[in-house]
Amino acid sequence: MEIATRTQALPLSRRSRANLGWRVPMLLTAGVIAVPVLVIVGSLFQGFSPVWEHLLATVLQDYVVNSLLLMLGVGVGTLALGLTSAWLTAMCDFPGRRFFNWALLLPMAIPAYIIAYTYTGILDYAGPVQSALRAQFGWGYGDYYFPAIRSLGGAICMLSLVLYPYVFLLARVAFREQSTAVLEASRSLGKGPWQTLFQVALPMARPAVVAGVSLALMETLADYGTVAYFGVNAFTTGIFRTWYGLGELQTAAQLAAFLLLFVFTLFLLEHYSRRRLRFHHNSARQQPGRIVLEGWRGGLACAIAGFILLAGFLLPALQLGQWALERWGDTDLSAFSRLVGSSFGLAAMAAAACLLIALLLGYGKRLHPGPVENQAARVSAMGYAVPGTVIAVGVLIPFAWLDNRIDGLMREHFDISTGLLLSGTLTALVFAYVVRFLSVSLQTVESGLARIRPSIDESARSLGLRPLAVLRRIHLPMLRGSLATALLLVFVDVLKELPTTLILRPFNFNTLAVRAHELASDERLADAALPALAIVLIGLLPVILMNRTAGAHEPQQN
Amino acid sequence: MSSQLALENVAVAYGSFTAVSGVSLTLESGEIGCLLGPSGCGKTTLLRAIAGFESISAGRISLRGDTISQPGAMLPPERRRVGMVFQDFALFPHLSVARNIAFGLAAMPAAERQQRVAQMLELVSLETYANAYPHELSGGQQQRVALARALAPAPEVLLLDEPFSSLDSELREQLAGEVRELLKRNGVTAILVTHDQHEAFAMADRIALLRQGRVAQLDTPYNLYHNPGSEFVAEFIGQGSILTVSVNEAGELNDGLGMLDMGHRHWQAGETLRLLVRPDDIEYDEHSQLSLVVRGRSFRGAHYLYDLVLPDGQHVPCLAPSHIDVPPGGQLPVRFNLQHVVVFEPDTTPAESATA
Repeated sequence: MEIATRTQALPLSRRSRANLGWRVPMLLTAGVIAVPVLVIVGSLFQGFSPVWEHLLATVLQDYVVNSLLLMLGVGVGTLALGLTSAWLTAMCDFPGRRFFNWALLLPMAIPAYIIAYTYTGILDYAGPVQSALRAQFGWGYGDYYFPAIRSLGGAICMLSLVLYPYVFLLARVAFREQSTAVLEASRSLGKGPWQTLFQVALPMARPAVVAGVSLALMETLADYGTVAYFGVNAFTTGIFRTWYGLGELQTAAQLAAFLLLFVFTLFLLEHYSRRRLRFHHNSARQQPGRIVLEGWRGGLACAIAGFILLAGFLLPALQLGQWALERWGDTDLSAFSRLVGSSFGLAAMAAAACLLIALLLGYGKRLHPGPVENQAARVSAMGYAVPGTVIAVGVLIPFAWLDNRIDGLMREHFDISTGLLLSGTLTALVFAYVVRFLSVSLQTVESGLARIRPSIDESARSLGLRPLAVLRRIHLPMLRGSLATALLLVFVDVLKELPTTLILRPFNFNTLAVRAHELASDERLADAALPALAIVLIGLLPVILMNRTAGAHEPQQN
Repeated sequence: MSSQLALENVAVAYGSFTAVSGVSLTLESGEIGCLLGPSGCGKTTLLRAIAGFESISAGRISLRGDTISQPGAMLPPERRRVGMVFQDFALFPHLSVARNIAFGLAAMPAAERQQRVAQMLELVSLETYANAYPHELSGGQQQRVALARALAPAPEVLLLDEPFSSLDSELREQLAGEVRELLKRNGVTAILVTHDQHEAFAMADRIALLRQGRVAQLDTPYNLYHNPGSEFVAEFIGQGSILTVSVNEAGELNDGLGMLDMGHRHWQAGETLRLLVRPDDIEYDEHSQLSLVVRGRSFRGAHYLYDLVLPDGQHVPCLAPSHIDVPPGGQLPVRFNLQHVVVFEPDTTPAESATA
């Protein structure tokens, strides 16, 4: 045993210094991650270029009105689809309920831009539906009315079909957690089952539903692929056009700032609802019994759920499969595998980067809980609300500035032009992904860490492990599941992400999403099917994962 | 020769809230101490300060003469050689029993480590469970693994944080006795934190009773019960009532019945004192001239605990065999049998006690 002298020179560690070792990197991370959003917000305080006059006179009103209509429509659509499916699977029992309980999440696997061009292929003039109608009734071009899919209404339908699972997921949990006693109290006070639904059950589920709709609307605002393909003038397409068409990066950033304003409103709404969730949560000992739907009612319930599933997943997936098979013979497989390779490599890099940073933030918060650490983590996780287009512009500006400064310095002192070192490289792209998707891995890591009791850490410390060794030998093995989940979720999100990649990708660098978008934009829908199908198949993984974790609770739910 | 563990005037503060202050106590090698007190008294905070999970705001903690905590500086937990058994046991769920126990033995050569693990498993009689995982064990077995894991690196002092609270109540006292026997046999210095005085009595050589972050009394279990230093201690430990009594002209205690005729030189005539009466101080006696009204009673199996009313309206407890069956409102013939008179000055500073 080491015998220390009693007077001084004690091997004691100063608490404050141990703190700083974590605090400094955490703050630096949060600071760097906040840069793109700060750049966008900051652009509002720079001069407005003359282009604004042109924008105001022509398209700005369109952007605002269309974005608002889009939000209104998708809000109504996701509410209708999400609430119906949640109510049926959580509160009722009908033939096939257990199947629909997980299958209704499947539309999450399809990015909105993919479902959009799939339906275009199905529904436009040359598609199978209109062709069949013409053949059946002997109509010719212009003889009949058929709703145009490539319209604002079409975009609303497409986005609703793939975004309703947000409402479904949150509302389902809210319904299941309502206590029988409250619903029975309503019945015993003279309310029928429908009155109970509208006066008690739905209002109690409201915060969850509002949170779900806010998330769906954030995705709506972030969408670029669908509105671009349908030719709808929205903020995201406007930002693209201003940058690529007019070459006005500053103005694009200012447009992005206005888009952020919309997003921020939703962000506040979501947070407010989630806070209220606590008060509405009456931990039910006994879960409510289900309304058993038999006979034609059961058939109707089954048909409604089946229709949602068919429209949101089966039909587009089958169509993609058919196209992919059709073109299989002409497919350049080596080019396709290169495409898969570069997409997967990029997604894996981003997922790993997100995980490392999430571990730094999550573990730092656990070791030294404090307001500074909490804020650092919260700021770093804000990106999930910010549209990819906004982040991309916010990354482009500071990276370009940095490149110019470096280039200038090198020219001045060494007479070497370094050109673009950072912008237009994978570094910029991965950084943008980290900003956008860090919250996904951070949330997963934090909830995993929260399940490990603090006494586990302390017992490892008192058995002789230093903090980093505790992380390595105790937390990482215990967190294996959460870490894998965090990697997978970011991986899939990156794979699906379109606008960020479009703006920031290096020259001639392609991903599955970009390729599918480009081919579809060239009206080569069938050729776009293979990369699209690959995205959908990978997108199924988190849905399966979500169903497995939700399935763990199902036995008690019965 | 310094004590195994010494706390000198220790205080722990969270911001402006002082959880523990002015605590001094020492533990000699092989001694088992206990921090006892109601919830929120600071006992767990103090234990965590000894373990190195809380920093102290004043005073000093030393282990075998080496300072391990002082204001602004502390030896990190992993370098203290302090073992800890956690309330929830905190076994590592991804490691087997043997690897849990081996966890703190990283510095040992493999062969020696294996031997030590086997020895520990034998110590807690879990030889056959070496390869089991924590979730496969019962609560009592998990507790023994936690104990073996904490003892394996031969810590200078073992800390036990409410180690029996997550076990069935029937198991608790039995286990407390077994654990004490095990620690004593191995000469382990230990500190136990509990709010359960029976656990404290079953385990500890000396008990520090804490109140609002301060030591109310540091004593042996026997003295805590029989010589409580304050009304708080008297009320927290065991059962009993505290009566207001006065000293008569002859210097005797008088509670209005004149039954207490012991005198003491410090008592002033006319002085009002507070007298501790334990349930076993009042005995059932069918020949007694004195009967008291039964106000209520609770059945304890072999005994009834009666709540009796004195003529002046004050209450006293009485433990009577349960075949003495007097319903509330009836009269119970009793005799006072105070072997041990404990009185307090009204301001609760301990007065002298006398033995009859």
